[in-house]
Amino acid sequence: MTSLLELTAAQAAAAVRAGELDPRELFEAYRARAAGEELNAFTWVADAAPDLPPDPAAPLGGVPVAVKDLFCTEGVPSQAGSRILAGYRPPFSATVVERLHAGGAPLLGKTNQDEFAMGSSNENSGFGPVLNPWDRTRVPGGSSGGSAAAVAGGLAPWAIGTDTGGSIRQPAALCGIVGMKPTYGACSRYGMIAFASSLDQAGPLTRDVTDAALLLSQMVGHDRRDSTSVPFPEEIRLPTAEDLAGVRLGVPEELTGSEGGVEAGVRESFEATLRLAEGLGAEIEPCRLPHAPHALSAYYLIAPAEASANLARFDGVRYGLRVDGDAELITMYTRTRAAGFGAEVKRRIMLGTYALSSGYYEAYYGTALKVRTKISADFKAAFERFDFVVTPTSPWVAFALGAKTDDPLAMYLNDFCTVPMPLAGIPAISIPSGLSDGLPVGFQLAGPAFSENRLLDAALALERAIGFDGSGARG
Amino acid sequence: MLQRDQVLHVARLARLELSEEEVERMAAELSKVLDHIEKIRELDLDGVPPTSHVVDVTAPLRADQPEPCLPHELTLASAPEPLEGGFGVPSPGASPA
Amino acid sequence: MADYEPVIGLEIHVQLGTRTKMFCGCDLSFGDPPNTHTCPVCLGLPGSLPVINAQAVHFGVMIGLAFGCEIAPRSLFHRKNYFYPDNPKGYQISQYDVPLCRGGHLEEVRIHRVHLEEDAAKLNHLGHSGRIHGSERSWVDFNRCGTPLVEIVSEPDIRSPEHAREWLTLLRTTLRQLGVSDVDMSQGSLRCDANVSVRPAGTSELGTKTELKNMNSFAFLERGVRAEIERQVKLLDAGEAVVQETLHFDPIGGGLTPLRSKEEAHDYRYFPEPDLPPLVVTEAMLEAARAELPAELPADRAQRFERELGLGPDRARELAFRAELGDYFEQALAANGGDAGALANSWIPQLVERIGSDIDPADSKVAPASLATLAAMVSAKEISRDAAREVLSRMVQDGGDPRAIVERENLGAISEGLAEIVERAIAANPDAEAQVRGGNRKAIGPLVGYVMRETKGRADGGEVSRLILERLESA
Repeated sequence: MTSLLELTAAQAAAAVRAGELDPRELFEAYRARAAGEELNAFTWVADAAPDLPPDPAAPLGGVPVAVKDLFCTEGVPSQAGSRILAGYRPPFSATVVERLHAGGAPLLGKTNQDEFAMGSSNENSGFGPVLNPWDRTRVPGGSSGGSAAAVAGGLAPWAIGTDTGGSIRQPAALCGIVGMKPTYGACSRYGMIAFASSLDQAGPLTRDVTDAALLLSQMVGHDRRDSTSVPFPEEIRLPTAEDLAGVRLGVPEELTGSEGGVEAGVRESFEATLRLAEGLGAEIEPCRLPHAPHALSAYYLIAPAEASANLARFDGVRYGLRVDGDAELITMYTRTRAAGFGAEVKRRIMLGTYALSSGYYEAYYGTALKVRTKISADFKAAFERFDFVVTPTSPWVAFALGAKTDDPLAMYLNDFCTVPMPLAGIPAISIPSGLSDGLPVGFQLAGPAFSENRLLDAALALERAIGFDGSGARG
Repeated sequence: MLQRDQVLHVARLARLELSEEEVERMAAELSKVLDHIEKIRELDLDGVPPTSHVVDVTAPLRADQPEPCLPHELTLASAPEPLEGGFGVPSPGASPA
Repeated sequence: MADYEPVIGLEIHVQLGTRTKMFCGCDLSFGDPPNTHTCPVCLGLPGSLPVINAQAVHFGVMIGLAFGCEIAPRSLFHRKNYFYPDNPKGYQISQYDVPLCRGGHLEEVRIHRVHLEEDAAKLNHLGHSGRIHGSERSWVDFNRCGTPLVEIVSEPDIRSPEHAREWLTLLRTTLRQLGVSDVDMSQGSLRCDANVSVRPAGTSELGTKTELKNMNSFAFLERGVRAEIERQVKLLDAGEAVVQETLHFDPIGGGLTPLRSKEEAHDYRYFPEPDLPPLVVTEAMLEAARAELPAELPADRAQRFERELGLGPDRARELAFRAELGDYFEQALAANGGDAGALANSWIPQLVERIGSDIDPADSKVAPASLATLAAMVSAKEISRDAAREVLSRMVQDGGDPRAIVERENLGAISEGLAEIVERAIAANPDAEAQVRGGNRKAIGPLVGYVMRETKGRADGGEVSRLILERLESA
């Protein structure tokens, strides 16, 4: 039984295809782990293994997958971590979920998350915080905290989450696993309960880079139900690189300089990784992303603005929570939303509404859209000289539960290394680079649009050289 | 920076009922965040076009062919107040709320 | 009392005659049971996304071309944010500062813009005769939600309530002929709001305008606009100012009630729709739209009637702006060649008077060829005008051929024996005789009347006058 849970997803899939492993046995092993968990990583776990054994030729080999709560899964609670959708079961499934199912990965369970994907610690969930398997007094990161904790804690072989400002990469870093945000448009957003439409992307959270590639390969693809969806120009393949010969890495001053507030232990791990990269043949030089210091501000105007509109549909009329339905209409609206939304969501709705309101649009939202143009241009320029831009994923390791909940701004600062990439729509991956004070540190590589295959290759080479062992957290 | 009446106005636009304590807290928290964000207004962005879409695509157009609708029961399955085959609500005033 | 000039602009919403909705594949419903034409998209379920209907764009472009507008090669959709039960997402997807069409004109009224958007759901009310005032509970039917709409905004070039009605009639006929909509005000596929202001005659500055809603027939539009003009003039004459507000016109009582005051004016917080990239209209799409434009639109037809058939401008427009009238007229002309003027100025108006102005003459019992024959018989003095009116009335009742009716009813013109009747008339009216002999031709009336009565209207009035005058002025 233990050796079963030690297999990576790719190894398990191979074993299934070779007839050496019964996927139902695999499913049951993980189901039992998930159902008995103590991390509060899951909001729903499947009752039993699916009836039919999946097609043995299926690429994902029948390996069960944990899915972030905000992905609509037909007939299964899909609540986006919010009380306003408590118990909501959609009549349809997200495209990405359908693809995973078609690819042979049965649904293990829905994972806990920060409410409506707003947060960096999973303390904003309407269903309680998630605990970091490395240290249960600490946060797993967010918003895909449940997915990250499940994979890191050995409760799921792999998982999917969403990343808007870092919500896959940052929890992956804090939990010592791999997390990837693909190019905007690569994965369909149909059925993903929206936070910030121009930034949200689905992506894999896995134990290693090979698993991420395998899962991603089934997730990408054009979807005619999503008008922002683009066909991926090539197939996502399993990476094979063994070194970084000829790979040019750019280190942006603005995101890695000491004034950026990166913790000492994280810096050390980052620099150690850079030296490893050099040893593998990479050429490393500083690069400039002049508008990166403003990315956080632009993000905290654009994302809340879009969210304020995306969340307006939660009004107690057609689904979800309704409070005081016998009162006047406006009262029903205001009380339903007051009762159903947590504090962080309310804050961001207020911020977003303000940024769009009459007299303030140009100064706030309008300006942020221009900063976004500049950030995209900065990356474009950087990628003329470099293959990838590298940074620490998170400026600090997992912090204690409750440590930053009193100061929203302090919480937002978690994201300053991860928000520039979604603003530019480019892909980025986080891999564990080591430990600091016994807690995982993440290393981030970002590349130009559609460079996923090259990113995965570079990440694989680094991963092998780093040799991170996450088995301790899997208990 | 953000005054109480501004908070109340925005809360009204967003249809959020806030307690007195929440209004005060919101004013303080949002002011702090805005103070930080404000800095982008100092940038020279003259002539910079806004980016609303990072994908370099144009809107796909769907053929005008019917696709299956949801069965009636499924449509109303999550309704808080099914009424006359529709979604019951308090009667609004004469104009949009 | 100063002289005021009304300044009127119209804002028209047209439901397009596509098969499916604007942003989803639900087919349009016509009186079907509630909520049977819905899907996640038009219900605003979380995770749903819009996809633009190609045919709606095609129709929008056709409308723009018909008005001579500039078609934007790239236009944008925006979110218009407000809360109401008929607005499931809490925002309507519409177009804002980069609409599909700008400029153009229909006859002498300039068009400001034409854009695409989606219709709201239908809000029904229980209790108190189903009207919103005083109802206890309401319920929403989403069948209509998402129907493609085109919004047409005119410049304030309209100068009277009658002109507003006439121009809207032309607009309706034009759209009907384009085949883009049923444009039926009673069914809601054509909806019209008016912006009304007044200013001292001869000045050019615009006064404060009010917006009039809920005029769902041509007659109500004319009455509502007239009532509002009167109200504003009264205010200004009393030294008061017009307040900018939205008013509801009650067609039954004739009263105008404010819907919302300035304090409650909406802040729609428009921002570009992140789920829809820019809409591009290609050369091919323009060509396809041009190819479907009818050879002659109503405004062109009116000009042709004036130019080629010598009709006066008012009569030309009357016949061209109601397509059914124009068609009937041209069929009658084709059947019998003849006098376009007589048909247009006398006999078609006579027909319309008898059948009513909302009936299509083609649906009456009077065939176009028959009307033309009747007109020709009058010109040839085969029957008197009075007799012809009689014949027309019978044709309206029972149909039939005018010649057959004349023969059967013995209504043929009398020219024989007229001289003898004239003698009797003169003998019976010595006063009139004396006055006419004395030089007062106008006194001929009673003499003519006598003869017409004696001949039961079958004599030609002109001929009778001529005979009397000849008799009295010569001997």
